[in-house]
Amino acid sequence: MEKNHLIPVQAKTEQAEVRLLLGNEAVARGAWEAGVKVVSSYPGTPSTEITEAVAKYPEVNVQWAPNEKVATEVAFGAAMAGARAMTCMKHVGVNVAADPIFTAAYTGISGGLVICCADDPAMHSSQNEQDSRYYARAAHIPMLEPSDSQECKDFTKLAFQLSEELDTPIFVRLTTRISHARSVVALDERDEVGVKPYQKDPMKYVMMPGMARKRHLQVEKREDFLAEAANRMPINVVTLRDTAVGIVTSGVSYQYVRDALPDASTLKLGMVYPLPMKLIESFAAKVDKLIVIEELEGLIENDIKAAGIACEGKKFTGIQGELSVERVKAAVLGIPAPAPTADDLPARPPVLCPGCPHRGVFYEINRLGLRVMGDIGCYTLAALPPLSAMDACLCMGASIGMAGGAERAQGREFSKNSVAVLGDSTFIHSGVTALIDAVYNQESITVLILDNRITGMTGHQQNPASGKDIHGNPAPAVNLEKLCESCGVENVRVVDPFDLKATEKALREETARDGVSVIIARRPCVLLEKTTVPPYVIDGCKNCGACMKLSCPAIERQEDRVVINASLCIGCGMCAQVCPFNAIQEGVWAQ
Amino acid sequence: MSKPAFDLVIVGVGGQGTLLASKILGRLALDAELGVKVSEVHGMSQRGGSVITHVRVGESVHAPLVALSGADYLVSFEALEAARAAAYLKPQGVLIVNTQRILPMPVISGAAHYPDDPISVPALSGHTVEAADALAMAMEAGSQKAVNLVLLGMLSRHLPFSDEAWKHAIAVSVPRATLATNIRAFEAGRNVTTTRNA
Repeated sequence: MEKNHLIPVQAKTEQAEVRLLLGNEAVARGAWEAGVKVVSSYPGTPSTEITEAVAKYPEVNVQWAPNEKVATEVAFGAAMAGARAMTCMKHVGVNVAADPIFTAAYTGISGGLVICCADDPAMHSSQNEQDSRYYARAAHIPMLEPSDSQECKDFTKLAFQLSEELDTPIFVRLTTRISHARSVVALDERDEVGVKPYQKDPMKYVMMPGMARKRHLQVEKREDFLAEAANRMPINVVTLRDTAVGIVTSGVSYQYVRDALPDASTLKLGMVYPLPMKLIESFAAKVDKLIVIEELEGLIENDIKAAGIACEGKKFTGIQGELSVERVKAAVLGIPAPAPTADDLPARPPVLCPGCPHRGVFYEINRLGLRVMGDIGCYTLAALPPLSAMDACLCMGASIGMAGGAERAQGREFSKNSVAVLGDSTFIHSGVTALIDAVYNQESITVLILDNRITGMTGHQQNPASGKDIHGNPAPAVNLEKLCESCGVENVRVVDPFDLKATEKALREETARDGVSVIIARRPCVLLEKTTVPPYVIDGCKNCGACMKLSCPAIERQEDRVVINASLCIGCGMCAQVCPFNAIQEGVWAQ
Repeated sequence: MSKPAFDLVIVGVGGQGTLLASKILGRLALDAELGVKVSEVHGMSQRGGSVITHVRVGESVHAPLVALSGADYLVSFEALEAARAAAYLKPQGVLIVNTQRILPMPVISGAAHYPDDPISVPALSGHTVEAADALAMAMEAGSQKAVNLVLLGMLSRHLPFSDEAWKHAIAVSVPRATLATNIRAFEAGRNVTTTRNA
């Protein structure tokens, strides 16, 4: 395995066109320039825009998959069959995709395979802040980490090259502040690398124990080679300045370090696994004190300590949340971070939109006093007050399994006052397997699928049940009713969530029924299809507060009455249905 | 002459169009061949929650986020959000604020009280405050969606970019059909006189 060019980052040329790109868009551009042929992903903040941006290049075959595992398998299949391929996901998506990823490390690839994962330190839009760098070491897959948009593009191209030279998938790891920050990127042309001929090679691609044992030896050999070569890789950069303090860092943390400690010497790691230990050792010898600045877990610090090199890091920064210039200054210089505003201001949490079809469902769930095993999507916002209509939310598709487990713990009667709630995309992602489990194991749960015809929270991506592909072209749509019936669910019914009486009736009857039931509450996301109904008005309000229980942002309580904000109301009419005095009516359009 | 360098924070409520404002600012810096980083908010916080965008311009920009007490300018699309983000302003920093009030859910439901005058909170005292009813001005210009251009017009008086540079950045960033309205809104903001100093 003699590799000569472990590979210079491309210099910007004078004439190159420059654009201000999101890190995510720059990854997409890098993949396109590298000649990527196939991209398959499942959306997830902060990774979603990578795949959306690649989809704009006509040379690339881009698709939304039902989940990250399928996406990875499609990308792997394409790479095995000779094309450059990529899959993109958020950090928790890697959990779903981990099964193919770990074994793809053994088989290696033919065309380059890049797995782009975007972590979410501080959990801007996630349920945990797990550190995906652990996956790199656990799966023995090299991981690159860019620190701005230009590097997003350059490192993605490098990742494809490394992948083919080393015969392994490569992780490109982003974090929210890299994915969603725009900075200047110099563009290059696409390199049409073509597709290699398909070659049957069962010793490499059929991972039965006999073959896998041989491949595992290759994994170790490859990793030893790369760990050594890492010491000479141009993306691992030592810059000596003041030698009192030397900082080992990577990704966005590097940017915080440069602003907080402009005079400090730095070792910027472009590859965070495997680590260039000799380079780190020689850097450590040149500085008085070695400090590791890394977000989330102390992986780099622990590896350096394990190599017998003295350093500090997590002692100063901790493992919680995002770093910042202020936190780096506090950690290294002991300068306390300025306190945020102490004024007692009302919070502004995100809410279900006016006219959101999910609203009425949760209103009726509350009226019936049902427990809610929840899931991941816009509807998770129903957990917040004043709806406060959720008992648990764990991960994609977990609602159905949780409902079944709770029934096992509490008894069959428990399910008469409980419902599992999840969206159409989440149901396809990983809810359907749990529904099969519930039928097979003869549970009595009620599943409510909020079918708004789109993947909402991540910003309106199509999915296998929406009837459109990633480009918005018509595509076969999964028939959710038939799917549930074929899983063995005997009671499947569809309701319009704007019809509160019908929704209540369905909930009441199906929770009372023994056996597994599915209610599909079907209406497109209000942001997809605007109603043509004028805003509603209140006349003769008795200030009883019934409509306030809908938790609609367009309904405001004033001193002695309730009013509807005409600039927000989209005319769904749910409030008119709940007013006991018939004081709410459809309005007329203002001239 | 050294090149312009400034740190700016844009805050508002999800759905108000803050991303277009930062897109235009980014374009302006790119056209002027300045270093620039723009950090946006995507995902969950867009659903009517507080949103914040960081814009850093200078010869060499590292961190994508503006530090607390680091912003030369705070542009707020809503009065309460200005108060919430006050800690970002430098001592000499300028607040440009739309006086429009958008009630958050805890206020709508009666669980909390909207401050009587959010722009007068202690954290904003001592700062230069330029307040205007940008929503009314936007509607007069032709669209309630043009609040962002009114606020950029107000901001433009503080930044060292020519009128032509602004208009080019706007022209390449907004949909063609809305250009005339957006330019009217920008000019309304650029010429507004209803400012106040705290």
